[in-house]
Amino acid sequence: MQITSPAFKENARIALHDAGLQKALGNLKEGFPVKRSTAVARMPEFEQLRDEGTALKNHILENLDIYLEQFEANVIKNGGHVHWCRTPEDACKKILDICKEVDAKTVTKGKSMVSEEINLNDYLEKNGVEPIETDLGEYILQLRGDHPSHIIAPAIHLNLEDVSEIFHEKHKRPKSSDPKVLMQEAREMLREKFAGADVGITGANFLVAETGSSIIVTNEGNGDLTQTLPKTHIVVTSIEKVVPTLEDMTLFLRLLARSATGQEFTVYNTLSTGPRRAGDQDGPENFHVVLVDNGRSEMVGSEFQEMLRCIRCSACMNHCPVYGAVGGHSYGWVYPGPMGSVLTPQMIGIEEAGLLPNASTFCGKCESVCPVRIPLPKLMRHWREDEFSKHLSPKAVRWGIGGWAFFAKRPTLYRLLSISSNLFLRVMAGKKGHIKKIPLAGGWTDGRDMPAPRGKTFMSQYKSRKQS
Amino acid sequence: MHASEKPIKVGLFVTCLVDMFRPSIGFATIKLLENAGCKVSVPEAQTCCGQPAFNSGDKKSTQDIARQTIQAFDGYEYVVGPSGSCIGMLHHYTELFDENDPWKARAEDLKSRAFEITSFLTDVLDFNTILSKYDAKATYHDSCAGLRELGVKQQPRKLLAKVANLTLSEMEESETCCGFGGTFCVKYPDISNRMVENKTSNIVDSGATTLLGGDLGCLLNMAGKLKRQGHKIETRHIVEVLAGMTDEPAIGDADYELGQPA
Amino acid sequence: MSKAEILGNIRRGLKRGEATQDQKQAVANRINKHARNLVPQRAQLPHEQQVALFIEMATEAAAQIYQLESINDVPKTCASWLQDHQIDTLVTASDEAITSLDWSSATDLACVQRVAEIGDAASLTTSFAGIAETGTLMLHSGATSPTTLNFLPDNHFVILKRSDIVGPYEDVWQKLRETTKGDLPRTVNMITGPSRSADIEQTLQMGAHGPKDLIILLIND
Repeated sequence: MQITSPAFKENARIALHDAGLQKALGNLKEGFPVKRSTAVARMPEFEQLRDEGTALKNHILENLDIYLEQFEANVIKNGGHVHWCRTPEDACKKILDICKEVDAKTVTKGKSMVSEEINLNDYLEKNGVEPIETDLGEYILQLRGDHPSHIIAPAIHLNLEDVSEIFHEKHKRPKSSDPKVLMQEAREMLREKFAGADVGITGANFLVAETGSSIIVTNEGNGDLTQTLPKTHIVVTSIEKVVPTLEDMTLFLRLLARSATGQEFTVYNTLSTGPRRAGDQDGPENFHVVLVDNGRSEMVGSEFQEMLRCIRCSACMNHCPVYGAVGGHSYGWVYPGPMGSVLTPQMIGIEEAGLLPNASTFCGKCESVCPVRIPLPKLMRHWREDEFSKHLSPKAVRWGIGGWAFFAKRPTLYRLLSISSNLFLRVMAGKKGHIKKIPLAGGWTDGRDMPAPRGKTFMSQYKSRKQS
Repeated sequence: MHASEKPIKVGLFVTCLVDMFRPSIGFATIKLLENAGCKVSVPEAQTCCGQPAFNSGDKKSTQDIARQTIQAFDGYEYVVGPSGSCIGMLHHYTELFDENDPWKARAEDLKSRAFEITSFLTDVLDFNTILSKYDAKATYHDSCAGLRELGVKQQPRKLLAKVANLTLSEMEESETCCGFGGTFCVKYPDISNRMVENKTSNIVDSGATTLLGGDLGCLLNMAGKLKRQGHKIETRHIVEVLAGMTDEPAIGDADYELGQPA
Repeated sequence: MSKAEILGNIRRGLKRGEATQDQKQAVANRINKHARNLVPQRAQLPHEQQVALFIEMATEAAAQIYQLESINDVPKTCASWLQDHQIDTLVTASDEAITSLDWSSATDLACVQRVAEIGDAASLTTSFAGIAETGTLMLHSGATSPTTLNFLPDNHFVILKRSDIVGPYEDVWQKLRETTKGDLPRTVNMITGPSRSADIEQTLQMGAHGPKDLIILLIND
């Protein structure tokens, strides 16, 4: 997909005035956060689970190479294949090679953000393989030529009318505005596709080193049809998803469902271990795991290592007031919201994505709901430091901060600066208590008034009170 | 409480916004601390906590400012300020220095002594002799840094419960950011504006006649929006109410508006 | 090539070379212990209460539950449900528990043993276990239990023996390891209620791609 992260501000401005999007985002606020908080309240041990999940992820990352090799060995033992891919291009090429081996014309796909990250659909299409998204949200988006705006609710930016319209246009059926009818329509349309596909591609929520299994977590059941019906099942996933044992996976499953949709448990949690066994009447004959790196291995040992704990639950964006205001597409690439503001610069470069880690008030809500306690504001700040040290921050920011810091480091001069600013604002306000417009401060006064200072500065008043 | 004992030596961290925009918050803080038996000083060498530099990625300047602030508050039993955000920043100083840097230990020491005012009164001094009176239906905005970095939530409410004639009417989403975010509001004005719009609509819906909070940055933002939208809701820092210092016009109000709230 | 680079990067980040034998052994030991992390109190109950919790949680997840005195009641229960829904064919798994059932009372119902196909209206399978913690069924693939039966048909009947209900997930992993001697089946399904989606306007609709109804036949054994 095209990267528009450098246009974040413009994207956001448009998004804020897009009535349809704003209506759709309104549903988010009443949805996931409320459900999460109910689910958390029903699990008294939730905070302990978060602590254990955090510690376990840290342990895994400290031994990541060992667990990955263990996972690989067990996949092979079960008759599957593991392909290590450093770059998105490597991964796309490998997947195409596998498709070609089985002479695939169409592939069905379960929801996978890693496949978005490597831009797999475009690549397959260009090379004569038709990818068919089967998750309802992803399917709607594919019909529209659109992209996910959220990592677990990909079509959250759309309203019922949008779905109704595109289905009417593409399915050539009478227009319906009943979500139930629309879902039934998608179900019917996709049945044949499931059966006709040569390859099924899914993501993985976790990889289990102990058994060489991958697990997908879905509510629709599309992922299961995707991976059960075709002859070949390809799991496209990333290296940080490995966990030691089924018990360890369980810890994360408990955290994931509650943090994501606020469910007690997701409807389908499906473990896949190798290809079909002798005697099995169905299931894929070939099982491939494509392990994507795409910059993750470089995060190990860096100030961003903690980001590799992420289990892609989306709680951070569901609770983010900035995401809630501008939606996922404003971020301009695959991963939106706070987790995206940390990951995107790693994957497409801070030069392109610099505006994202700056687009946060550091309100801390994201960190407070993260199931694996990723200090997202701190990591966004690290990107700002990176930007600042590479002289990538906008000149106005650098000069502004530089000039201000010059004074802040000199108390006497700082007093003078405060006194003159205080005086300036008081003169601007005149007899009024607030100012409607201040030169060079349009960012503030375009939307709100500036309350005027009350009297001389504290330091001046305090001094004269002490002297009197 | 501690009046009969040796007074507790407190250094007031004024904060730059209080210094420049609303000195009465500083004086109200001093009054509350003195009522609680503290001896309050205002170190001259303090400026800003350094948060604008910290959040802009200018680590070097932040370290310089941190060292200056640490030195300025050497020797005080406690450092107290009327802002969760700025005191939270003082706590962040510990992240600025390496383990073997001697400033690291000094930063840790400062962190252990630095408190937001309502938290200090409640959690450290267990002070609840609030004698003020304020006729209003108030709503309270939980500023992000105070709430999530310092755990300030019940403390202001406990203290407000002691204020005569004041009733608290909680707004929806009182814990959601108002969109101020320091430099955020000037770097991303459109988004900030939407966030503060959401906030003022919750404030208005609460039916309150007064908006209270513990951070002047947020209060300037919300008061500015309420003014622009033409609402007659008064905005004040909580310490003004707790200290009974509400003669001063509310934030953004002028002298002649005195006595005509709501 | 890629593998070496990826592992090299990771090791560089961890400030070490390839893991020592001791480090590898420590990891292997950790795996082999199958140690449990924190197990929530919720499902750590006497068995009768686990059954009650299973019923409560599965019902909450919109599964239908029929409590049967004996497995011999399965045919008539299925037949009656299917008749109400005007369905005349039931595709079934071929494990002995099902093949030994006497369907002669279900005169209007055709039972066929095979994998599921598109258009199938209903299926019947057994299950490996029920997990009380969240009202979750566990099924797994095998020669007599094709996975497609769990997903393609519109309605899915699942036989669950009360004695196969466990408390937390951890108990089912132990049971699975013991039963399969550590060699996991190709597919292990944990199923909690029927298929659903909220992808249209965040409004939950039942019956997305998997079964629209999940009917649990809970057998008193």
